[in-house]
Amino acid sequence: MSVSAAQDNSPKAATDDIVEVRNITKYYSPDVHALSNVNLSFPRGQMTTLLGPSGCGKTTLLKIIAGLLEPTEGDVLVNGKQVHGTGPERAFVFQDFALLPWATVLRNVAFGMELTKQDKREREDRARHYINEVGLAGFENKYPHELSGGMRQRVGLARALAVNSDVLLMDEPFSAVDEQTRRKFQEDLLALLANENKTVIFVTHSIEEAVYVSDQIVMLSPRPGRIHSIIRPEFSRDADPDEIRRDKNYLDTVEAIWADLRKYLD
Amino acid sequence: MSDAPSIATTPPMPMADRETLLGIPIMRVYQGLSIVLVFVAWEIAGLVPISIAFPTFTGTMRALFEMLVDGRLFYAYAETLKPLVVGIVISGTFGVIIGIAMGLNKTAQWFWEPIFVVLQASPVAALIPLITYAYGIGLTAKTVAVIMLAAPIIVLNTYKAVRHASPSLIEMCRSFQGTRFQEIWMVIVPNAAPVIFAGLRLGVAAGFIGVILAELLITPTGVGDLISYNRSIADYEYMYAAVFTVILFSAILVGFLETVEVNYFRPEKKKGQ
Repeated sequence: MSVSAAQDNSPKAATDDIVEVRNITKYYSPDVHALSNVNLSFPRGQMTTLLGPSGCGKTTLLKIIAGLLEPTEGDVLVNGKQVHGTGPERAFVFQDFALLPWATVLRNVAFGMELTKQDKREREDRARHYINEVGLAGFENKYPHELSGGMRQRVGLARALAVNSDVLLMDEPFSAVDEQTRRKFQEDLLALLANENKTVIFVTHSIEEAVYVSDQIVMLSPRPGRIHSIIRPEFSRDADPDEIRRDKNYLDTVEAIWADLRKYLD
Repeated sequence: MSDAPSIATTPPMPMADRETLLGIPIMRVYQGLSIVLVFVAWEIAGLVPISIAFPTFTGTMRALFEMLVDGRLFYAYAETLKPLVVGIVISGTFGVIIGIAMGLNKTAQWFWEPIFVVLQASPVAALIPLITYAYGIGLTAKTVAVIMLAAPIIVLNTYKAVRHASPSLIEMCRSFQGTRFQEIWMVIVPNAAPVIFAGLRLGVAAGFIGVILAELLITPTGVGDLISYNRSIADYEYMYAAVFTVILFSAILVGFLETVEVNYFRPEKKKGQ
């Protein structure tokens, strides 16, 4: 199964894959084995989802790619170069939003640029642009506690977009958001990314969400996490969101993944 | 994503914040009412009297006014404030620095924690005579008494606040290339500010207790002298007036700290109030 991933990236890997992970193994402690020998490549400009039941190590893998966690073994390559720790080419969107409660929306969105000491006017202009893009114009001077969960995650997304990284790492970004907001957010995210030319690595435990948003779905098996299989959903994304959700290929893919994953739940 | 704000919820705003009575916010009215209630109860208790050593509220206020006019109070506070201010400034500055260091660094924690835990648990009133053996009966001894009471509270609160700084905010700072210094100064300290300031407020109140204790137990000066002298000659109205000013002064200082916190560290709390 990890073999199929290896085959995927063999000939054109160097040019087309922006992120690669090689032989990643992670032990939290000698008896907590989170990931086992994971090999994966992430094609530039595409959206890859890491999907699996809780405890399969998908967030661990994402944090290793982000440089927030050190793998026990293995390497992370970005643009063909091995990386250690975090880097400006990767931006993270957090499950719990991780917004500064004492800072306004504007400062939160500009915070990544504040840390890299960009000029205040420049970074605020850029932040305003992305606040607008995620649909929060008019909320620049609000504090996070004045926003709903969905709006807070839009702030988190704007912050990640504003630092102009090539890779967006999203850790279950919609899990703390209610179902209606979540669907709207998924649609908005796709619309927004269409103009942004980003590579997105997306962690979720929702099969529908994975099929709806992804070019490539990596299914992980639980404890220790390994690659179970890789699926590329095939249906047209030009249709409007409601049509896609009724599309036969979309529904078949969801069913196929569910049939595949349910055996882990017994 | 233009229609996103349509899913906005109205910011939570308790009704009590908006209601007013004759143009005064209803919360202020309740606060005022509570103070008046306490004074009325005091007056009644003094009139009964519950004890011959317990004066009425009006009698105490008369004594307070008299001491204000003849300058006794100013003279007393000039004496008391010296060790208090020096002690509080030292405890506040070094207490917060040591507390932050303890929260960030295991070695610092290992070194300082036992000292301050023991200090906090010890009966300082019983130790004050010991201070006089080491530092005599002057300003130093009184300052040390203030520090002994204020510093442990400030240090331990700061330490706990820093230790429990949000791991997710720290991770966020790291993921956006924040340096360790930025992580401490722009994330951990503001995140810990509410608890640090709670510690400072408690520390200031404890410092007051320390300075009055020192003035009662070491040498009778300042406000402590006003209290002990008037008690010894059974002029309870003056004694209680002095106690009353201590409470008032301490409350004003605590309120001032709250203003500093909200204005400089946690502006989001300003709107919520």
